[in-house]
Amino acid sequence: MIRVLFFASLREALGTAEIAVPWQAGLELPAGLIAAIARQQGEAAAAILADEQVICAHNQRVCKHPTALNAGDEVAFYPPVTGG
Amino acid sequence: MISVAVQEADFDAGAELRALQADNPALGAVASFVGLMRDRNEGVAVTAMALEHYPGMTEASIRDIAEQACERWPLGGVRVVHRVGLIRPGEQIVLVAVSAAHRKEAFAGCEFIMDYLKTRAPFWKKETTAQGEERWVQARDTDQAAAARW
Repeated sequence: MIRVLFFASLREALGTAEIAVPWQAGLELPAGLIAAIARQQGEAAAAILADEQVICAHNQRVCKHPTALNAGDEVAFYPPVTGG
Repeated sequence: MISVAVQEADFDAGAELRALQADNPALGAVASFVGLMRDRNEGVAVTAMALEHYPGMTEASIRDIAEQACERWPLGGVRVVHRVGLIRPGEQIVLVAVSAAHRKEAFAGCEFIMDYLKTRAPFWKKETTAQGEERWVQARDTDQAAAARW
């Protein structure tokens, strides 16, 4: 499984903080995972995640390029950060 | 030496600075920044703010930023404290403190860490207006521009 986390306004828009997505060979971040989330959570959820403002982290590091996922990985989607 | 703390509790900025000063007598400068919550944002009175973060990644990303600062300047120590949870106007939100042999590196390292933290560390602010409305604080282009200078 892939553990997928949502934060802040994305968590509210999706109505959940965390989902589990089944891993399969060749699953890639971001497009492949977003397509898997679309099948599981619906197209509206996937459209929220595909917004160009959304930041994606893979195993707690920001991920800007297509990346192969391994079973047990942690992925997070979140809006632009506003700390400090 | 890098110290990173993410906590709900308020912090004692003086104690943090003393901890840096006690580190090494060869260090001649400590520069620090404390961010406070304002009672207005974008022209609207605000009464409270809830700070959310990504436990684990938050601490790792701040440590990574501090390590980058230590690669760019000869710093003695770095201490970062960032609060999460409920914060009220006038309260402290964040402290960045840096020691170095001389002031130039200390000022630069402190400003670099703060600029990078604001645009990279996974924190999100949701404020409550005086009218009782809750709204997510929007990221600012000026913060992106500040971080891009380095």
